[in-house]
Amino acid sequence: MTLIQEKDFGTPASASEAQVTLTIDGRQVTVPEGTSIMRASMEAGVQVPKLCATDMVDAFGSCRLCLVEVEGRNGTPASCTTPVAPGLVVHTQTERLKQIRRGVMELYISDHPLDCLTCAANGDCELQDMAGAVGLRDVRYGYDGDNHVRARNDGEINAKWMPKDESNPYFAYDPSKCIVCSRCVRACEEVQGTFALTIEGRGFDSRVSPGMHEHFLESECVSCGACVQACPTATLTEKSVIAIGQPEHSAVTTCAYCGVGCSFKAEMRGEELVRMVPYKDGQANRGHSCVKGRFAYGYANHKDRILNPMIREKITDPWREVTWEEAFAHVASEFKRLQYQYGRDSIGGITSSRCTNEETFLVQKLIRAGFGNNNVDTCARVCHSPTGYGLGQAFGTSAGTQNFDSVEHSDVVVVIGANPTDGHPVFGSRLKKRLRQGAKLIVIDPRRIDLVRTPHVEAAYHLPLKPGTNVAVLTALAHVIVTEGIFDEAFIRERCDWSEFQDWAAFVAEPQHSPEETETFTGVPADLVRGAARLYAKGGNGAIYYGLGVTEHSQGSTTVMAIANLAMATGNIGRPGVGVNPLRGQNNVQGSCDMGSFPHELPGYRHISDDATRDTFEKMWGVTLNNEPGLRIPNMLDAAVEGTFKGIYIQGEDILQSDPDTKHVSAGLAAMECVVVHDLFLNETANYAHVFLPGSTFLEKDGTFTNAERRINRVRKVMSPKNGYADWEVTQKLAQAMGLNWTYTHPSQIMDEIAATTPSFAGVSYAYLEEKGSVQWPCNEKFPDGSPIMHVGGFVRGKGKFIRTEYVATDERTGPRFPLLLTTGRILSQYNVGAQTRRTDNVVWHDEDRLEIHPHDAEQRGIKDGDWVKLASRSGDTTLRALITDRVAPGVVYTTFHHPDTQANVITTDFSDWATNCPEYKVTAVQVSPSNGPTEWQQDYEELARRSRRIAGKMEAAE
Amino acid sequence: MNLHVTSGVYAERSRSIIRELKHLEGPMLPILHALQEEFGFIPDEVKPVIAHELNLSRAEVHGVVTFYHDFRQAPAGRHVLKLCRAEACQAMGGDDLADAARRLLGIDFHQTTLDGAVTLEPVYCLGLCACAPAAMLDEDVHGRVDEHCLGELVAEARR
Repeated sequence: MTLIQEKDFGTPASASEAQVTLTIDGRQVTVPEGTSIMRASMEAGVQVPKLCATDMVDAFGSCRLCLVEVEGRNGTPASCTTPVAPGLVVHTQTERLKQIRRGVMELYISDHPLDCLTCAANGDCELQDMAGAVGLRDVRYGYDGDNHVRARNDGEINAKWMPKDESNPYFAYDPSKCIVCSRCVRACEEVQGTFALTIEGRGFDSRVSPGMHEHFLESECVSCGACVQACPTATLTEKSVIAIGQPEHSAVTTCAYCGVGCSFKAEMRGEELVRMVPYKDGQANRGHSCVKGRFAYGYANHKDRILNPMIREKITDPWREVTWEEAFAHVASEFKRLQYQYGRDSIGGITSSRCTNEETFLVQKLIRAGFGNNNVDTCARVCHSPTGYGLGQAFGTSAGTQNFDSVEHSDVVVVIGANPTDGHPVFGSRLKKRLRQGAKLIVIDPRRIDLVRTPHVEAAYHLPLKPGTNVAVLTALAHVIVTEGIFDEAFIRERCDWSEFQDWAAFVAEPQHSPEETETFTGVPADLVRGAARLYAKGGNGAIYYGLGVTEHSQGSTTVMAIANLAMATGNIGRPGVGVNPLRGQNNVQGSCDMGSFPHELPGYRHISDDATRDTFEKMWGVTLNNEPGLRIPNMLDAAVEGTFKGIYIQGEDILQSDPDTKHVSAGLAAMECVVVHDLFLNETANYAHVFLPGSTFLEKDGTFTNAERRINRVRKVMSPKNGYADWEVTQKLAQAMGLNWTYTHPSQIMDEIAATTPSFAGVSYAYLEEKGSVQWPCNEKFPDGSPIMHVGGFVRGKGKFIRTEYVATDERTGPRFPLLLTTGRILSQYNVGAQTRRTDNVVWHDEDRLEIHPHDAEQRGIKDGDWVKLASRSGDTTLRALITDRVAPGVVYTTFHHPDTQANVITTDFSDWATNCPEYKVTAVQVSPSNGPTEWQQDYEELARRSRRIAGKMEAAE
Repeated sequence: MNLHVTSGVYAERSRSIIRELKHLEGPMLPILHALQEEFGFIPDEVKPVIAHELNLSRAEVHGVVTFYHDFRQAPAGRHVLKLCRAEACQAMGGDDLADAARRLLGIDFHQTTLDGAVTLEPVYCLGLCACAPAAMLDEDVHGRVDEHCLGELVAEARR
């Protein structure tokens, strides 16, 4: 194994189709028009010395090291800023250039510390490399005089010297090593789009400054790591590299946080992870990262991580550590006992959207083939199940239609109920880049998310609707498009069912759907709706991106259909730059749905009642499958409370914290006799568990994740599982203990089984992924290279289906007792229920959930910023601190759900989507009042959690 | 100019100035000039206000403000005396003139006299090379400045 070295071409690739041929150092090279001479040289295998150029940002031309001579032209132009031209004859190494380059390097080195041997970048420093490349032997200017290097000059304080800034938990900024190449500043602007860095001062006074000469942590920096990656010296360095040293080998793997699915190089020293570096060839992230994927991997070594299996008879007992064999035997005998005693359907399982496709496939196989029922569900139930249902109905597939690259071709982007800069930051950066190039933005969200107005980006329209009125607003948009005749008739006639369109058009054209009528209850001014509709319909390539603000409603599925209607009516489907794109929450939520995690569906979204599909699996598995759909998560819990559902195997999901109506979940779990939790940590659900099986991290196993763009990416094992087994091995051993004859020795064999049974994965294998890097399903005989864009030339279901979308107000309504509407969301530094990110230094950015409340509502209640407040709904109450802001409208409050002591889901109700049971997280009627501290429920729960985490023979672990 | 403005007041007062000028093409420099005109310097607290109004980051505004020496980080004295320190003026005795100015005022470059009357600044260059050495008192330039002339300028400033 070696360290993967990626070639740096110095300037970005040109997209031009025209080709230009020139000669560089006697070699002919042909490159696209607009390519820099520097990049053309690299293509020809000639490396031009450089410092300020790197291919993640545009050329800048400041370091004066990459100068070349061009025959017939005067002077020595910089090769990074000079484009190629036909027939140029370029020399990169001449006597004159050598002299200039040495002179430039002498100037750089005269103001740079000479501590290479003890420097963290030793072995990975471009300044060092360039000093070698230009043959620097001597610095004629000496090292005395003005400098930024030493704190004191001859005993006098050196005002130009600045101390190290170590405020960011993950990287250090050492100004004394800075050569002011501006790569970090440009990376922050061009790649991340935050503009948190600048060069302050001029001339010799120039220094990199976060914010207004602030510390990194206090500045606008979001810690994405792009600047650290861009830095050619040790000025910006990962603290892990400073602590450990340079890595010696690396492997490409996939981030295990959100649904963007960024590719990273895990750079290792032995089995120790030195750093995660975004991979330039990663087709989802194109070399970019966010604070979570780049830095927040410390949870793998957190003291809370459980490494031994544990058992207890009652949930009030302390845990007892046991061997793996004992644990497997115990679970197998308990599950068998329960099935014998209460019937075959009395047990079930939950697959994880955090685990690999292979692991998820095995869990549902264990349930269908081993338990003999279909009681399998997954956390997608509580997030994107309406996407699966809605898009399946309209288009014929349950997934987004585009790849992430598609956004580079969009002219109008509609973001509905999503907050990409926090929830899907790498996509957020790619979107912002497109918006800075001139694409228009429409945001439909109750809250003023960052994208509405952030440096260099401003939404053309923000429709701040009342939570729960998505369908009304989308139908009003359709009303404008239909009544003003700005739909794409040719597209509809060719690709959709015309009579269905006419029916739908007549429906949306009804006067009660006009923006003027709906304004009364959506709160969105009619002229904004009309303007947004015209922009989306007529503004060129229109793309819709949406998130859980669409799906987690009682009309989630209807909203997804309404989105599909809009895209079809305007012809925005089936080519780059358009489409309907759900931003999936978890790294493998797409994959877990694909792998047959739902009670009614076998892998590939084929209904369990379909005889042919069942036959395929029955032959492969040698069992007879039950043809009746099993229980969904809420039904399992209901059945548990009723006493008919007794045992559950939960892999990598914390349903107590993530599912709605916490009290109902805890009652259901408490009523079961054998709850098996398979996780990294004693999560909240484990408070009700009888068996705990320790899990492995994404760094400790092989497998694949499928991201929001249907891209199947490899996950590669870079260290041995600290708990002993990868998760797929644990499931296999459990299956074996239950008498199943499974003999997988590598996840690739599981993928082969998936490919053999599931048509949309027929062409996928580890060998294929090794060759291509990644692939977007469907990948089979018809689409051998996968499908970056779906529905090209025709919909999967044949004709696109227009569906009437009648707005039905949710039963959750405000009234005198609960006059405010609560909606929930995420923040950049924390991930979901926070099990991982709370166990990293990311807590410096967000160490508690806060309740955002409008100044008007706060004043009425006598609440000041930072006050403890009680948040109460019909379901329950909790306390947290208030954050007064006008980002939310009067009448709306907002919070995140990253911290278990807040337990926002104690508040949420059990209302859910009519089609899929996806809970209505995004609307809860609440009251907010001043409070002194935690509620009774929080105190009781804290006590329960503390007691249930006791492990016999061990000190109590402090959370 | 009122030097006893409390925190937050600059931000408040700057907003109307910024809104008046933000429609201009490339509005940042005109805004900064207007703010310096109003306050005598660019207070730190107005940078986030400019950033917000122009939809920029505060880092960007800070970068521009610090790039130009003419935008002051702190209030100057009642008058600003600039001495040209560029090549032509140096060749015509600029160094001696600089020493004389320091002596006369009892301060070094970038400093303000204790009575708050004069701030001494170097400048490169005033474009008055034919009449070197050159100086500038507030808005007025002066050529062929010698010690006598310098004394008159300082006396005028101190009045």
